[in-house]
Amino acid sequence: MPNFSTNEFKAGLKIMLDGEPCNILENEYVKPGKGQAFNRVKIRKLLSNKVLEKTFKSGDSVEGADVMDTELAYLYTDGEFWHFMNNETFEQIAADEKAVGESVKWLVENDTCVITLWNGSPIVVTPPNFVELEITETDPGLKGDTAGTGGKPATLSTGAVVRVPLFVQTGEVIKVDTRTGEYSSRVQK
Amino acid sequence: MQINWRPTASINTLRERAQLLKTIRYFFDVRNVLEVETPILARSTVTDVHLEAMSTIHTNPMDNKQSKLWMQTSPEFAMKRLLCAGSGCIYQICKSIRDDELGKKHNPEFTMLEWYRVGFDMQSLIDEVDLLLRETIGTSAMRQMTYQQAFVEYLGIDPLSLSIDTLVHECIKHGFENIVESVNLENNQQTDVDMMLQLLFSHCIEPRLVGDSPVSISHFPKSQAALAKLCPMLPDTALRFEVYYKGIELANGYEELQDAQIQKQRMEEDNRIRNAIGREKKPIDDLFLDALMIGLPKCSGVALGVDRLLMLKLGFTDIRKVISFSIENA
Repeated sequence: MPNFSTNEFKAGLKIMLDGEPCNILENEYVKPGKGQAFNRVKIRKLLSNKVLEKTFKSGDSVEGADVMDTELAYLYTDGEFWHFMNNETFEQIAADEKAVGESVKWLVENDTCVITLWNGSPIVVTPPNFVELEITETDPGLKGDTAGTGGKPATLSTGAVVRVPLFVQTGEVIKVDTRTGEYSSRVQK
Repeated sequence: MQINWRPTASINTLRERAQLLKTIRYFFDVRNVLEVETPILARSTVTDVHLEAMSTIHTNPMDNKQSKLWMQTSPEFAMKRLLCAGSGCIYQICKSIRDDELGKKHNPEFTMLEWYRVGFDMQSLIDEVDLLLRETIGTSAMRQMTYQQAFVEYLGIDPLSLSIDTLVHECIKHGFENIVESVNLENNQQTDVDMMLQLLFSHCIEPRLVGDSPVSISHFPKSQAALAKLCPMLPDTALRFEVYYKGIELANGYEELQDAQIQKQRMEEDNRIRNAIGREKKPIDDLFLDALMIGLPKCSGVALGVDRLLMLKLGFTDIRKVISFSIENA
């Protein structure tokens, strides 16, 4: 991979830090009027998902990370790996538990997910922003309740638990925002 | 990305800006300080290791000759030539232009307020900056610290006496191991020491200079004297100060160096360092040195960022919000 100088740093650039691929979130220029310029960079470590600040001397270079995002359809899990397929080439890729992480509860068959590859191997699985899932269990709500008053927990087919309005019942399909894990709406069948 | 034609500052902010400039001019008017203007374009520039001037080409219509002109990074040399010519106390509000500077607190062209007080020592000028801040943006009384006190108070180290090893260790402690990697301990280069001090100051001290009071930091190490006289009382320091408010560097001032010979040596040393770190050497401003030979009156001078002053007054954190058009849509 090529090296990148601090003046090429921008949001989205992938660099190597402490042997781990990182995504640059922000790059702030810090310069004393009469002194050395620095770049204070906010980065997300892609393996540990930690966000941290790192400072570089302006003009210094760091190694780029061979990281790319690819859109793949989720197929199935065999318990150990989660399998995804490129709908155009039919090429399949298997992601392990570490790569799937918290996203496991939002994986719906045939949904298109973003798989982040580092040196060709999946390291992060990002589900679509919204997924539709069936409620497998929730307490029957009170009659006459309208949206927005507290709500109740509902377990979804993937095992995810979200808060839903009281009028939503077991067996219904709901739309959930995977970024916040919040109920969005009911889905008309 | 689509570039928007609209001003980056609101019209209301521009009204505040006009009011601020009026207040500044009134401040100097009642003190009988003369407003001056000096050229943006000049035949030479500063040698500062960490300042990059932009340049342009002028064509003389009489002989079609072309000459390179530098855009001024500050009006300092020209104003000092006025002082040498007997102007007495002067101030200027002007655009200054610096290459390779862009960020939330930097626009390549920015507005600078620079003033010189004949007969003032450093302390008198610090006191006047304090007054100016109170009258223009309503700050409370300035807190004063030396560079050494700031390091001792916030980091527990003495910047004037520590070894390069201790400094490297301190940088590593604060997560800057990637930066000090390139520091060669054997060489014991003053430039490395200053770089690490600036790193610690800008990242570990400056963000803590917050609160309702502006803070002046005086007596910088003599290796960072810039254009200041050395301090006769504390020989490792220079009569240079900076002013910080809410974590932002606002002003930089000196009890001005009067000795032309020492001035020339400092410029040559700058160029030696520039050469060593792969930067272009800068032509030395001989007209400025000629003026110093005739004699700069004992004086103190300071430069203050007007855009930042307005940011602080209005509580903005992005310089684009206080200038009509930022470099992105200028």
